[in-house]
Amino acid sequence: MASETHTGLDSPKGVWWKPAHRTERLWVGIAFAWCLVLFAMMPFWHWKGGQNPSGIRRRVEPAKFFARTQEFIKQYQVGTESGIPVVEPPPGADIYLTALTYQWIPVLRLRKGAEYTLHLSALDVNHGFSLFPLNVNFQVVPGYDYGLRVTPTEAGDFRIICNEFCGIGHHTMVGRVIVLDESGNEVGRSGGAQ
Amino acid sequence: MTAVFRACPVTGRKIDAQAEALIRVNAVVSIVSLLIGAIAAVLLVLTRWQAVHLLPADWFYRLLGVHGMSMLIFFILFFEMAVLIFASTVLLNARQVAPKVGWAAFGLMVVGAVMVEVLMFAGKADVLFTSYPPLKAHPLYYLGIILFAVGALIVVGLFFANLVVAKRERTYEGSVPLVTFGAVTAAIIAVITLLHGAAIYIPAFLWSLGLMNMDAQIYRMVWWGLGHSSQQINVAAMVAIWYMLGGLTVGAVVLNEKVSRVAFVLYILFISMASAHHLLVDPGMGSAWKVVNTSYFMYMAVLASMIHGFTVPAGMELGQRLRGIGTGLFDWLKRAPWGDPGFAALVFSVVLFGFIGGITGVTIGTEQINIIVHNTLRVPGHFHATVVAGTALAFMGATYYLIPLIFRKKVAFWGMARIQPYLFAIGMVIFTMSMTFAGSFGVPRRHWDISFSQAPFDLQFSPAVDLLLALTAIGGLLAATSAFMFIAIAVVSVFFGQPLPDLSGGYPIAGVPLGLTNPPRHAPDVDARNAELHGPKMGWMGPAPGTLALVGVFLAAFIVYFFVNWKVLSFVWKIG
Ligand code: HEM
Ligand SMILES: [Cu+2]
Ligand SMILES: [Cu+2]
Repeated sequence: MASETHTGLDSPKGVWWKPAHRTERLWVGIAFAWCLVLFAMMPFWHWKGGQNPSGIRRRVEPAKFFARTQEFIKQYQVGTESGIPVVEPPPGADIYLTALTYQWIPVLRLRKGAEYTLHLSALDVNHGFSLFPLNVNFQVVPGYDYGLRVTPTEAGDFRIICNEFCGIGHHTMVGRVIVLDESGNEVGRSGGAQ
Repeated sequence: MTAVFRACPVTGRKIDAQAEALIRVNAVVSIVSLLIGAIAAVLLVLTRWQAVHLLPADWFYRLLGVHGMSMLIFFILFFEMAVLIFASTVLLNARQVAPKVGWAAFGLMVVGAVMVEVLMFAGKADVLFTSYPPLKAHPLYYLGIILFAVGALIVVGLFFANLVVAKRERTYEGSVPLVTFGAVTAAIIAVITLLHGAAIYIPAFLWSLGLMNMDAQIYRMVWWGLGHSSQQINVAAMVAIWYMLGGLTVGAVVLNEKVSRVAFVLYILFISMASAHHLLVDPGMGSAWKVVNTSYFMYMAVLASMIHGFTVPAGMELGQRLRGIGTGLFDWLKRAPWGDPGFAALVFSVVLFGFIGGITGVTIGTEQINIIVHNTLRVPGHFHATVVAGTALAFMGATYYLIPLIFRKKVAFWGMARIQPYLFAIGMVIFTMSMTFAGSFGVPRRHWDISFSQAPFDLQFSPAVDLLLALTAIGGLLAATSAFMFIAIAVVSVFFGQPLPDLSGGYPIAGVPLGLTNPPRHAPDVDARNAELHGPKMGWMGPAPGTLALVGVFLAAFIVYFFVNWKVLSFVWKIG
């Protein structure tokens, strides 16, 4: 096509740096404004929102983190379930949860409305922390301590699914979190160890 | 070596025999990879459908790795190599520079790909396509990927050499066409991507040999510098094909070269930041880094896609209106060549990429919203809408034109070819939406058994999840069936197809896309018509009012989906 009007398969002749039509400029402007909204929501949520993946983050030797977890278990252990220690730390405590193929250690008993610092790390490979049924997800990386301040807002019986492929037993890796109500009672116990 | 050319019977372009041969072999290997990936896909969906649960655990994870590599890396990249050669030779009437080097590069890529496939099937690389350390594969697996990448880098180098030589030999006048410009964008991003690839796979190779240490988080960051940038290659190549198919099927015009080209440049500028949206809930990086990077510094790459999302359909609308087809808002769409599989594939690729892939992608790539998404089925739900319903479908549409143009064959099983894009699109809509919904219940991706029968604690998903996984399987099987139809059409056309008949008659011929038998030619006075359509006659909505209405609907859907997700996020525990 020798004309000015051409398809994307033709070489444009002469200078093609020309002003765009009004409607095209309109759409670019609207799209740009929307992109700014998309962007602004993130700092806004850090300021006003209640769910942010910020956390306290530091490197840690996997073995040291596991040792810290065991110390934490010794301090607050209240029982054992399916061979996994059950721990009930006081409100405000630092909680240590270690992921290893194919377990989450320990089982946690928390209190509704209390804030904890939940430290996540892995002993061996990457794992994925997925709190069921809330659908809250974090990556658990060996060598890194992810300390998230969490406040359970409802009591109940929760599970931790591993949702990062960690080996052939990946689909058997389920942990447990029990959130007691304000007066320390279990509610809606749906099952448990199998 | 002097190049041997033939003239294209349809477009009159000069085609170099060596370029043509390289395009062919890359396309063929691409289709073979698609076949392997699609067979794996069928077995995967039939396993995730918990009521069927076909594969044993080890083979599920193994074939998941095979599917990821065969599809995302081999199918897509071999096809892109063909696109790069096509855009730098055929579109410019130019010759292939150093064809021997081109063959050597192709050979390297094939050797690398075969090594990777063999090791995966042998169970020596059960690490999925991301191969996050400390999970470790056989050293030759990493070496195979390195060989493949070196080959790809050489082809990209030849692409640039072709452009330089074409310019010097004045094989075309003016600037390169927009389609080639899009391919240039893809090629530049490919260089950035492959450098990231070298930065991660060479250390991973050494690590697998026990020669160095590897930090799990740094690997994830650099790996996604490769993994996500490569998706931007796909987007750039796909958009280039959108412009190409628009031109071939409905005479789509370029609204404004400046706007479309600047949008391509935005892809290049902001691409290296994209690895962030895979790391939003990782411990290694802080929030400031996450916010700046996941937004590609304020969503500039998203802006670019939203621009193409307007200019591509608007160009098509204008292409129709300029030829006097349609006056109302949507007549141009109604009276479009829906029976041309190149056109149907184009439309579905644009719509599904934008409405499903784009909206979900930007939303789940938001720092905080990622908390309710990461590693759930929402993630494969999203990217099958971008790279499969978007890129793969666009490539399929392009193939229906490449078969007659490059292979000089009729498209076999023409009736089947005409419905193939429809089936693929329907399947993908069901598949991606069901996975997305299942994911919002927290169903994990990459997971063999969500009944958790061997887990220490019981866990039961809502019964809705069973239904959604069944729908996922049905959608997936429809799409896979369509992929097999496509493969059969491509293979039979190329190897056993009938030679292309004379196309100058101007009447439709079964087996030849309409855009070739009845090319959408513009009248000699097209410039005057164009000026008129850009004038006051069209009212405030301008030359492409139908498109403006459609992008309005798109924006409304986007806004609703985005804020619904914030609302859902606000219901979970307080986390900070
Ligand atoms: C033809 C229809 C297709 C079907 C039915 C299909 C199905 C699937 C299924 C069921 C999964 C596993 C999801 C999970 O459990 O996590 C998956 C993963 C994946 N698919 Fe597809 N797919 C198709 C086409 C494609 C294509 C064309 C591509 C790339 C161009 C692709 C790229 C991927 C990737 C990268 C993964 C992730 C693998 C991983 O998590 O390691 N798929 N697909
Ligand atoms: Cu795990
Ligand atoms: Cu796992």
